[in-house]
Amino acid sequence: MEWTFLDTWIVVVGMLGAMSCALLGNYLVLRRMSMMGDAISHAVLPGLAIAFLVSGSRESLPMLIGAILIGVLTTFFIHGIDRLSGLDRGASMGVVFTTLFALGLILIRQAADHVDLDPGCVLYGAIELTPLDTYLWFDWEIPQAALTNGAMLLINLIFVLLFYKELKITSFDPALATTIGINANVMQYILMTLVAATTIAAFESVGSILVIAMLIVPGAAAHLLTDRLGLMLLISLVFAAVSALVGHIGAITIPKWFGFEDTSTAGMMAFMAGVLFGGVLLFAPRYGLISRLLHQLLLGIKIVRDDILGFLYRYQELASADAKPVQVSQVREALKAGFSVDLSLWDLARKNMVKRVEDRLTLTSNGAATGRNLIRSHRLWETYLCNKMGYCDADMHRHAHQLEHYTDTKLQTELDQITGNPKFDPHQRRIPEP
Amino acid sequence: MTHRIIFVFRRLSFTVYAGILALSPNEAFAGGLAGSQIQWPSWQDLLRVITFQDYNTRVVIVGATLLGLAAGLVGTFLLLRKRALLSDAISHATLPGIVLAFIVMSMILGNGKNLLGLIAGAAVFSVLGTASVIIIQKYTRLKEDAALGIVLSVYFGFGIALMGLATRMETGNAAGLSSFIYGKTASMLFFDAMLIAVTALGTIIFCILFFKEFALLCFDENYAAAQGWPVTRLDFLMMGLVVAVTVIGLQAVGLILVVALLIIPAAAARFWTFRLRHMLWLSGVFGALSGMLGSGISALMANLPAGAVIVLTASAIFLFSMTFGSARGIMKLVIERFKLRKRILRENLLRDLYEWYETAHTASSDGSITIESHIRGPSIDDISTRRSWSSKQLLRTIRSLRASKYLNVDDDNRLLFTDHGMQAAKDIIRKHRLWEAYLISHADVATGTVDLSADRIEHVLDEEIIRKLEGLLPGIHPKELPKSLHTLNTSGGAV
Repeated sequence: MEWTFLDTWIVVVGMLGAMSCALLGNYLVLRRMSMMGDAISHAVLPGLAIAFLVSGSRESLPMLIGAILIGVLTTFFIHGIDRLSGLDRGASMGVVFTTLFALGLILIRQAADHVDLDPGCVLYGAIELTPLDTYLWFDWEIPQAALTNGAMLLINLIFVLLFYKELKITSFDPALATTIGINANVMQYILMTLVAATTIAAFESVGSILVIAMLIVPGAAAHLLTDRLGLMLLISLVFAAVSALVGHIGAITIPKWFGFEDTSTAGMMAFMAGVLFGGVLLFAPRYGLISRLLHQLLLGIKIVRDDILGFLYRYQELASADAKPVQVSQVREALKAGFSVDLSLWDLARKNMVKRVEDRLTLTSNGAATGRNLIRSHRLWETYLCNKMGYCDADMHRHAHQLEHYTDTKLQTELDQITGNPKFDPHQRRIPEP
Repeated sequence: MTHRIIFVFRRLSFTVYAGILALSPNEAFAGGLAGSQIQWPSWQDLLRVITFQDYNTRVVIVGATLLGLAAGLVGTFLLLRKRALLSDAISHATLPGIVLAFIVMSMILGNGKNLLGLIAGAAVFSVLGTASVIIIQKYTRLKEDAALGIVLSVYFGFGIALMGLATRMETGNAAGLSSFIYGKTASMLFFDAMLIAVTALGTIIFCILFFKEFALLCFDENYAAAQGWPVTRLDFLMMGLVVAVTVIGLQAVGLILVVALLIIPAAAARFWTFRLRHMLWLSGVFGALSGMLGSGISALMANLPAGAVIVLTASAIFLFSMTFGSARGIMKLVIERFKLRKRILRENLLRDLYEWYETAHTASSDGSITIESHIRGPSIDDISTRRSWSSKQLLRTIRSLRASKYLNVDDDNRLLFTDHGMQAAKDIIRKHRLWEAYLISHADVATGTVDLSADRIEHVLDEEIIRKLEGLLPGIHPKELPKSLHTLNTSGGAV
């Protein structure tokens, strides 16, 4: 891989564009308006085309104004159709942005008639070419796109920092915001205006597909990693920058493995953002799929463990003093489980609650205490369900069996008091003392 | 400097595909508005298209019409399940499938342009995309919108990256692939049209066969599940139809705009009816009409991309329906509001007039008043002070009531009830006072304030509620006109 200063600029432009999108994207994700980003970035097309047609040139300013106007109009149309027609938000968006995009296609086709122009190329952008269009700034040749996107990032940063509190409250609770005198609608329109401006700034250099990816994916990933808004903003910025870097490296290295030269950087940046998101989706400490799965597994093991202790305790309670200890196979049969029983027994032996001699199991004093506590909870629940709630049939046992796992000492004491400190449960079995 | 030149050459192959807007735009747009002209068709062209003389045009128009029909039908269910934008994610997710299929076929067969193969790739990835949306939505805290956005952009980005590879392949010729993004209706072949026709037929058959099940699913999924319907399987079937139509429509209108064919006709149909069956057929007709007109127009004018014209035709139908729709259209809402407002004004005037007479006379024992001949009616000024009537409003309302023979105006410009008008006034007074009595006895509203709230509700009380109120208020005889429960406004009283 040969890395030139051009590659560095490509990455810098990509990072700046991605970060300016990601920053605002957080709020779109939180407001459940992610698809607004999609809609606006499609809908600005006619804004661009009209700006071209009217000004006859590709100056940035008319383009920016055209795009912002259309962006705000899009928001306005979507809300209007939403309210007037009773269609849901998604459908209103679909109607508005496809119409505007179609209009944009036709306008661009008209404008660029005599040049070999594929109108929708706007989609992939030309990030590879951005370093060529430079601007001299104190002896430094800085790509125009880096300046545009950098300026946009700065504007967005200032906006977010200045209105941090207002944005936060209008995103999480617009009704509360209204009652304390913050106009949620105004905030929303400002946000949408900035989204449109950012879209257009980034879109010229990196293409609209990367804009959509960067508006949504970093914010969504950050949302899975933290519950704090400030941290979420920070994570999304880092995520966006990393996606841009990895994306460009991927674009010039991965194709080589398959014998190709390179591929679209913008596409690869979006794809890499997706790959990183997939990683977060799987491995996020709290909201990730694996941690959720693990959590469920652990809970399952805990319940089987409790059930084994309860079973052993009941067996000891009923069996005569000289009876042989329980066999593992009996436990398996009683709990109707195989592997999870083995796993739980291993865990119980490790915690020194059950002693295993060959295939026979006895409770240690530690295990017996836990088992007794569990059975106490179970029988207190049964008493409570029958005496206080009138559940005296088979359901009584079933409910008590579920509740016993979640009963702590405090709840147990309360149950004991409510049911009047009973000695026996409804089946006339003794309730063990704590 | 050499670096830069090498770089330019290295990336040059992109210029065809990437960001042409950034390149040589000044030449492109130098002409400004002058450079853009639509070529209006000649009469011969128009005649040729309308009469289907051209084989190509015939194929394209029939294909686009059938596609619109199928999309309109399926879109109805999609819209009612509130999943409109899912089709957007699905269509974007097909791109990597198409390109992968192209690459694989080019490597194995040497020719990547097998339509069935490309469509199979698209179908596989659309299913993957849908599954990804469902997984993100179901197993994380992210909501539907974020799930859709992520899938849409990431899959599409992946597709673009793959496309970058495909364009560099020596075999294959990938130039046609971009037609899947923007559509290429105009170059539809007979085989494409056949494929669309078969899909459309299948869609129609399924929509008829499963109409009841789909309707149930759209309106009350839980109820359907409780009734023992295989909800998940039906849902899969429905989404399968969506995927089929999306994939078939890609080539025609392109993956960005195919979502429009699914959403817009259905959304337009919804303005005309409250019945699902009507909405379904209307949506199909709108879709077909968009396809037919759109492809026809673009066949006539060489410069207009057909996919975009089809979508704009659908949008025009939507706009028309939203304005003039007979069930939910804006015009209808406005007219209804106007009518209600007029009725409220008329009823208010009747009540004001009646109360004027009441304060001017002693009511007889049954609560009704009789107008004695020597009492002159109120002048318009008398009435206007009783309520914040604007004089224009009052005069207009008087005119309207005179036209329906509820009032007479005598030579001194005084208002007199006709028999007809007296009855109508008694009806509205009765509603007003029943509601007042109800508020006082059942809702503990203070006597002084009941007048205002009854004032708002009297206009919308129907017969059934009146009967219920009578049941709740045993002190009031059904035929009787209750006396006012509060002091009546006497401003502008009788002379």
